[in-house]
Amino acid sequence: MYPSRFDYHRAASIEEAVQLLGSVEGAKLVSGGHSLIPAMKLRVAQPTALVDIGRIEGLSGISSDEDGLAIGALTTHAEVAASAAVKSACPGLAEAAAAIGDIQVRNRGTIGGSLAHNDPGADYPGAMLAFGAEITAVGSNGERTIAASDLFVDMFTTCLDETEVITGVRIPAARGTAYLKHRHPASSYAVVGVAARVATEGGDVSECAVGVNGVTGCAVLAGPVSESLCGRPANQDRIRTAAGRVGESLDGAVGDLYASAEFRVHLAEVHARRALAAAASRAG
Amino acid sequence: MNHRVCLKVNGEARDVEVEPRLLLCHLLRDELGLTGANIGCDTSQCGSCTVLMDGKAVKSCTLLAVQADGCDVTTIEGLAGENGLHPIQQAFWDNHGLQCGFCTPGMILTAVEILDRNPCASDAEVRHGLEGNLCRCTGYENIVKSIVAAGARESA
Ligand SMILES: Cc1cc2nc3c(=O)[nH]c(=O)nc-3n(C[C@H](O)[C@H](O)[C@H](O)COP(=O)(O)OP(=O)(O)OC[C@H]3O[C@@H](n4cnc5c(N)ncnc54)[C@H](O)[C@@H]3O)c2cc1C
Ligand code: FES
Ligand code: FES
Repeated sequence: MYPSRFDYHRAASIEEAVQLLGSVEGAKLVSGGHSLIPAMKLRVAQPTALVDIGRIEGLSGISSDEDGLAIGALTTHAEVAASAAVKSACPGLAEAAAAIGDIQVRNRGTIGGSLAHNDPGADYPGAMLAFGAEITAVGSNGERTIAASDLFVDMFTTCLDETEVITGVRIPAARGTAYLKHRHPASSYAVVGVAARVATEGGDVSECAVGVNGVTGCAVLAGPVSESLCGRPANQDRIRTAAGRVGESLDGAVGDLYASAEFRVHLAEVHARRALAAAASRAG
Repeated sequence: MNHRVCLKVNGEARDVEVEPRLLLCHLLRDELGLTGANIGCDTSQCGSCTVLMDGKAVKSCTLLAVQADGCDVTTIEGLAGENGLHPIQQAFWDNHGLQCGFCTPGMILTAVEILDRNPCASDAEVRHGLEGNLCRCTGYENIVKSIVAAGARESA
């Protein structure tokens, strides 16, 4: 299968990419190409021009300090999954990256591309919500920082404008994080993916968040969970009760031939219980 | 507009003019005559088109040739050395790791990366590593056996 014809530009810098996006009619960014190229082969996407940012220097890599992680937009899923810094500062993020696709997909796909694409079955969006990520983007109006909860608008839709390029992601350090997924056996995308973050102070849960992707058109934060867990020590019963409230945030759950909407909600609650337990035990 | 792509394929420098929409698998197969990377699904699922790009396993049906500019590509044709078959190829031979052979180039090149990361990979780790490679013939048993055996020989 061939994509339809397009012009190809390789941007040498973010500024050049922004400028090309603003001046070339119908241009689209390409990073790893692992969402865009399959769509172009099926002609679901037919951009008239591609702006390849895959070679821009300095847009890839992971650094960490006391506050957390800074991950460049071009960092591949394989790099995030294997990073010792990620495993120690935010183990749930390494688990989310390792759960994506297969070796080959993880070698090409990038964090920036995944966030910009906002596929309902993608693994990163729920994790970004639960782990409180901030996304940096540069466009014709300059640079801005976007909270994950503002970035994801709807299925395949973000708040980025046409000239904006995601340049990186910042994630606060959080030992008490975990990501668990039920993968679709054929596509490997998330039928359900649950990211959990638990922080404790003096034995009590001080903060807690659960992000769910795969169930609804766009990843969501399950609000009631933190209500039922905060302020007391986490134990099995409380985690079970909290996880049982995840469904309250999953209005509009999507069903298909593989998994009905009800089954997806059920899976989300089961995965939330396990992810919360793992996160709580890591939080200590 | 065509683009010039300079890359190394199996150690040999290649300099080609391509349409931006040309896929890497078609560059390899149709322009360079290297038909080892097979096109199975053409939808990024089966892994039979897997090649190594700068040492990493990638699906060549999901890459534009222009994205491989400046890269070092290894196909199954380039894996054997002067002393004969690559140890993973030999292990597939010894352990009956293939039947029709269609998936085999992709299996072997993915196995190169699996064993690169961990020559002592267990059965389970090898199976996990082969998530992106489908085989319609063998039931995977002998493929996994071949890769584990090659790893054991490498690390011995
Ligand atoms: C077989 C297969 C299985 C997969 N399984 C999974 C899975 O289990 N879980 C999962 O999460 N994903 C999965 N994916 C998707 C994969 O993770 C993609 O790599 C990812 O979604 C997109 O990243 P990319 O770099 O390839 O983006 P591209 O395909 O290059 O781009 C995707 C979109 O984002 C835009 N874009 C790219 N980079 C930027 C940027 N820096 N700023 C702004 N916009 C940008 C592009 O214009 C395009 O619209 C799978 C893909 C394949 C082929
Ligand atoms: S032909 Fe490339 S993955 Fe199947
Ligand atoms: S040996 Fe026939 S597809 Fe694997």
